Amino acid sequence: MQGFLDIFDIYLLEAVVNGILLGGVLALLALGLNLIFGVIDVTWICYAELVMIGMYGMYYMVQVFGLPYWVAAPIAILLVAALGALLHYIVIEPLLTAPPINQLLATGGVLFILQSFATVAFGIDFRNLGIRLPVLAIGDMHFSYSRLLAFVAALLGMLAVYFFMTRTYTGTAIRAISQDRQIMSLMGVDTKRIYLITSALGGALAGLAACLLVLQYDVHPFVGLSFGPITFLICVLGGLGNFVGGFLAAFVFAQIISLGGLFSDLEWGYVLAFAFFIVMMFIRPAGLLARRS
Amino acid sequence: MLELKSLDAGYGTFQALFGINLDVRAGEAVGVIGPNGAGKTTLMRVISGLIRPTRGSIKMEDTDVLATPAHRIVDLGIAHVPENRRLFPRLTVDDNLKMGAYMPGARAKYAERLEFVFNLFPRMKERRSQMAGTMSGGEQQMCAIGRALMSDPKLLLLDEPSAGLAPVVVQQVFELVKRIRASGLTVLIVEQNVQQVLKVVDRAYLLEAGSIRASGTSEEMMKTDTIKQAYLGV
Repeated sequence: MQGFLDIFDIYLLEAVVNGILLGGVLALLALGLNLIFGVIDVTWICYAELVMIGMYGMYYMVQVFGLPYWVAAPIAILLVAALGALLHYIVIEPLLTAPPINQLLATGGVLFILQSFATVAFGIDFRNLGIRLPVLAIGDMHFSYSRLLAFVAALLGMLAVYFFMTRTYTGTAIRAISQDRQIMSLMGVDTKRIYLITSALGGALAGLAACLLVLQYDVHPFVGLSFGPITFLICVLGGLGNFVGGFLAAFVFAQIISLGGLFSDLEWGYVLAFAFFIVMMFIRPAGLLARRS
Repeated sequence: MLELKSLDAGYGTFQALFGINLDVRAGEAVGVIGPNGAGKTTLMRVISGLIRPTRGSIKMEDTDVLATPAHRIVDLGIAHVPENRRLFPRLTVDDNLKMGAYMPGARAKYAERLEFVFNLFPRMKERRSQMAGTMSGGEQQMCAIGRALMSDPKLLLLDEPSAGLAPVVVQQVFELVKRIRASGLTVLIVEQNVQQVLKVVDRAYLLEAGSIRASGTSEEMMKTDTIKQAYLGV
């Protein structure tokens, strides 16, 4: 084993594997945002802030109320799902026929409301669950269990969404609605109800991401800023509303960040990823998997 | 089965229909003929709830259609095959048909309805995993009619089923309408292809500029001078 690994630069291999692990979580985040955009045609600027609220939910349930992680996680997912549905009901639905800029401004406003709310309610201290998962060592390479867990859970979450979207009537309606909104009532589909379910599903994905991210990162009111922008870039690179494109783009970005971080600091990984994004916008402005019409 | 009384409808300030009285009895095939822009499509859209009339009443087997939410009208047994087919182009044929059986009542009968549709359109069974948007116009029309039949309707609304199709395919579509009738369904069909449609319906209404100008059995309509001159070219 050791001899085999010596052939490779093990740091390179470690970075590649860590990039794949990061890609899973980024893909999960991108899927939630893509779902909302693809189905409702609205961009939730405040998406990462929903994740932040979910992380606080986890913190309070685990650290303050002493619930076990496995009990707190489903509750946090349901909580953020409800928050997603509420966001749609209160903010998006009255603006469905409004110009896109008004929708962006409204969800942008929600971003500041959630950040300010968190600052006032939870304070600006960095909090964490106090759970330290062990590190898996293979040869000289080290992988944290929290990342492995996040990767596997993110993949399972996305798989569940895939089956929901392809096997159920509601899922099929969610895919159909973006292709022809006007005739949905002829099928007996209540569009409002489908939008609400989609928003709850988008929220649930943000909730799942919160449960996974809170194992790796401290939570504070502005934590959304550290993965919100990258999520948007991934969705745009993959083609907004394109689920498969978003999935691929997440792994491309994650590799750039991880490998870029290997050759210098992690921050340079992000710089490289953003530079790559800008170049790609010139080459393929409609995204990696743009639909040719 | 279906009864429309003194119906007015339009879009914003534009009125498209004026005092329409129309009825379809169970088991009948009824045609609505008329030129482009006469309000034929509007009439179909009003019946299926896509737009609401400004005046008048619509009854389906004693149920007030106007008091029913748009997405519940299909549950009254009204299935609408819209103008230009309006399939979901990036869903498979299977998924398009599944959408037709969305209502709980239809879901329970899904397997049985699917067999019925595949019997009527064996071609759809071959194409079931193909994206609907990649099929030919005639196949798309079959799929659109199949989707409507999945809801196990009593009344089928067909809006210009022959539009945009090659002459040979138009023939096939009208053959299909005959077969659908034979299976016991009531059909209300809107067509510009007057000659063809009068061969498959029992009765017809002539709609011009938003008003019904004439009505009668197919034979009577074929003998009417205005229809002969304007639509049959004799």
